[in-house]
Amino acid sequence: MKAAVIVFPGSNCDRDVAVALERTTGKPPVLIWHRESELPPLDLIVLPGGFAYGDYLRCGAMAAQSPIMRAVVARVQTGVRVLGICNGFQVLTETRLLPGALMPNAALKFICRTVGLRVENADSAFTRRFQPGQVIHLPIAHGEGNYVADAETLARLDGEGQVAFRYCDSAGVTSDAANPNGSADHIAGVFNARRTVLGLMPHPERAFEPLHGNTDGRMIFDSLLEALS
Amino acid sequence: MSAQPLLTEPAVTPALAAEHGLSDAEYALVLEIMGRTPSFTELGIFSVMWSEHCSYKSSKVWLRQLPTTGPHVICGPGENAGVIDIGDGLAAVFKMESHNHPSFIEPYQGAATGVGGILRDVFTMGARPIANLNALRFGDPRHPKTRHLISGVVAGIGGYGNCIGVPTVGGETNFHRSYDGNNLVNAMTVGIAPADRIFYSAAAGVGNPVVYVGSKTGRDGIHGATMASTEFSDDSEEKRPTVQVGDPFTEKLLVEACLELMATDAIIGIQDMGAAGLTSSAVEMADKGGLGIALDLDQVPQRETGMSAYEIMLSESQERMLMILKPGREDEARRIFEKWELDFAVIGRVTDTGRLVLTMHGQTKADLPVSPLVERAPLYQRPWEPTPAASPLEAGLGAPAGRSFDDLLLTLMACPDLASKRWIWEQYDSQVGADTMAGSGGDAALVRVHGTDKALAMTTDCTPRYCAADPVEGGRQAVAEAWRNLTAVGATPLAVTDNMNFGNPQKPRIMGQFVGCIQGMAEACRALDFPVVSGNVSLYNETSGEAILPTPTIGGVGILARTGDAVGIGFKAADLTLLLVGATAGHLGQSLFLREILGREDGPPPPVDLAAERRHGDFVRALIQDRLVSACHDVSDGGLVVAITEMALAAGIGADLPGLARCDAAFLFGEDQARYVIAVPAGHVAEIQRRAAAAAVPLTTLGTTGGTTLTVGEYDAISLKRIEAAHEDWLPHYMASLAP
Repeated sequence: MKAAVIVFPGSNCDRDVAVALERTTGKPPVLIWHRESELPPLDLIVLPGGFAYGDYLRCGAMAAQSPIMRAVVARVQTGVRVLGICNGFQVLTETRLLPGALMPNAALKFICRTVGLRVENADSAFTRRFQPGQVIHLPIAHGEGNYVADAETLARLDGEGQVAFRYCDSAGVTSDAANPNGSADHIAGVFNARRTVLGLMPHPERAFEPLHGNTDGRMIFDSLLEALS
Repeated sequence: MSAQPLLTEPAVTPALAAEHGLSDAEYALVLEIMGRTPSFTELGIFSVMWSEHCSYKSSKVWLRQLPTTGPHVICGPGENAGVIDIGDGLAAVFKMESHNHPSFIEPYQGAATGVGGILRDVFTMGARPIANLNALRFGDPRHPKTRHLISGVVAGIGGYGNCIGVPTVGGETNFHRSYDGNNLVNAMTVGIAPADRIFYSAAAGVGNPVVYVGSKTGRDGIHGATMASTEFSDDSEEKRPTVQVGDPFTEKLLVEACLELMATDAIIGIQDMGAAGLTSSAVEMADKGGLGIALDLDQVPQRETGMSAYEIMLSESQERMLMILKPGREDEARRIFEKWELDFAVIGRVTDTGRLVLTMHGQTKADLPVSPLVERAPLYQRPWEPTPAASPLEAGLGAPAGRSFDDLLLTLMACPDLASKRWIWEQYDSQVGADTMAGSGGDAALVRVHGTDKALAMTTDCTPRYCAADPVEGGRQAVAEAWRNLTAVGATPLAVTDNMNFGNPQKPRIMGQFVGCIQGMAEACRALDFPVVSGNVSLYNETSGEAILPTPTIGGVGILARTGDAVGIGFKAADLTLLLVGATAGHLGQSLFLREILGREDGPPPPVDLAAERRHGDFVRALIQDRLVSACHDVSDGGLVVAITEMALAAGIGADLPGLARCDAAFLFGEDQARYVIAVPAGHVAEIQRRAAAAAVPLTTLGTTGGTTLTVGEYDAISLKRIEAAHEDWLPHYMASLAP
């Protein structure tokens, strides 16, 4: 699996996800600066968490206009897998590679905590090592993770298996109490129609090794390794 | 300051000098040093350099009492941050600094730029910041301003730290009415650098370029240092223009650009522009190098047009650095800063004149000798009086008649100082970097040293009510508690940064508090081999004559040799044996029990026996490092039962404590020092008892973990759910409510 991590000015989880990728595949991913316009041959592109361009406009809006994102969009057409984590998810919705948008959290405050997630679709390169309906735990850390889309889009996402993860309690039950940011339909992560692009607010790279106290996130990297090697 | 360009500079008079905060004697010294009347710009430079904030003129003679050396110390106080050796060719670089006055005037920006400033102090030394902590003190929760201040300060700390991508892993938050008019924001940053590549600020090499990098200079923060050197009155709102505005995105770029340039050998000296901006950075670099600096202010990148030399030199615009480069390396450095889209300008040269010479529009705006500006800065032996000893409490104090044990425990666990601060720390990204092992909620935070199996432990501690009742004992206790908190996670304590927050030093009573705290701290630092490597002093924390409690905040750093050694406060399992390490006399003076249950704030604080601290701590640390302990918590605010309750809540596992049968309130809630509660597998108890006897460490069996209730002695079991609700709900309910 050949992987790349896109680095925007203000990305701050680029190193963390690069470490997770290196420990998964045994080789370091390529780090690609936002001003580049070409990509080497790749199986996976990761858009990391952080505050690209400071997020002083809408989160991800500036990054979506950067030269490298044109190259990323072109690769998506060819079926290359793209994983957007947190700010990377915001960039994917701003680029329209994923439907919907991420609004300020319902409580209007940044939230950093570990949340329960239900795996809604295990039939993808990102989630194949999970069981459908499996309950996992991952950390979130964001101020704008409140997923919104119109009713028609939400119905399509649900019907077409494009919802990857939903916020839930430890028994796997979704509820407003288990939804940390007010996301529509408790959505924490979505696929594109072909399930080649995944955006999610939680940080799998922060639940990767025993030192983190939780290794549920490693399953996403292991799934990708299995699917793309 | 005028927003319009100053077309004509005001004439410098004794009255104008007084407006700048210079006393008659200080202005006379300026005249003597200059041999003439200073220009307006020169007066501004003297006034900020000689402000309390920059010169430490009231505190310096006392700070010298603190021990600052030790086998691990690479660089003690005097540079941007302290540096200690942590092995493997690596160094930990850390410091704590206050941003109290600005955080009261404008809480979001004041706190945010406090974080930004302390981060710059650390990466200026060549270190990548790996963790932030914040020690916060607010006024009475019933004060109308408190909620607004908490909300703004917490959002500001998060807004800066979250964006720049440094995890905020710990700190503390206390409340007391003495902070009603002066909340405290003490921000600490810890970084990691190669031990042989620490960057210092001294200028060297006559003719070498002086380079300005980072953000442009604007009119914000002019006279911030002077503002932070006076008391507040009712007009503090009018001082908002002296507060700087933070831009964490630019600082993130600045961190990356500086570290990229530091990986080359192009830098001779580097200094961040903090308080007193370009003035103090240029003066300090020149003074440390014993040289002069000539600056062409027309070259300084400016955000606004028409700025005067005075404004440029006194601006405290954020995210700026000053560097001396090796000759001929400007282009290489410029390419790095341009890649990160930051300003880069050669604004001057190092000279051999020993003078700071500023030119602008072809005119000399200032020409003053550097060394006297620093070395002849006023230094005061302020008169001080010792704090009178507190009368001992009367004998036989206990729980008021008619109050059940449940009620006492629930009241304490939900009181503002002991209630959960989750509402605060969940607004901070505590995990970015993916090296955080333990964040807020335990005794000390733990962050792995990236790429190794070691971790740094860090904590901030101070018990201001102890310091007020007895500054010497309070100073000892602040250091001892930090040392204990590092020990309780299994770490070996290494060194300290201190943040001294006090009232007006011109009052002998306040100066006496400062002197006493320093004495106690110095004793404890010596006894515990815990040297002070960096620090900051914030005086004049008074409003309309009301001073804060003396608050010498201690930031402690320790090392955990193997990440697998770490323990937390949560019980982890049922059927563990609970042991108390240390002796309990039942000291209620200045305790939270006294304040929250009996409504009194009197008596002496608990005495600190430094030899016992050392003996008990070394005993506990060895047990942890030998993997005999499952959980550990030091006993501090609220006493023994509160410590055990916190351990139970952290894991959701209860305990039965027959060992506390027939104990009085003083035993259960007294705040005697040098104590830890440890939870150990039953099979290790005999070995631990043997070791305790050999080391002359008092050890008491308290009971066993298990279940979902807490049973203290003969009292009825209390459900953890009930305690948790009271403990967790106080702060979010308080913040969400409009009523006091």
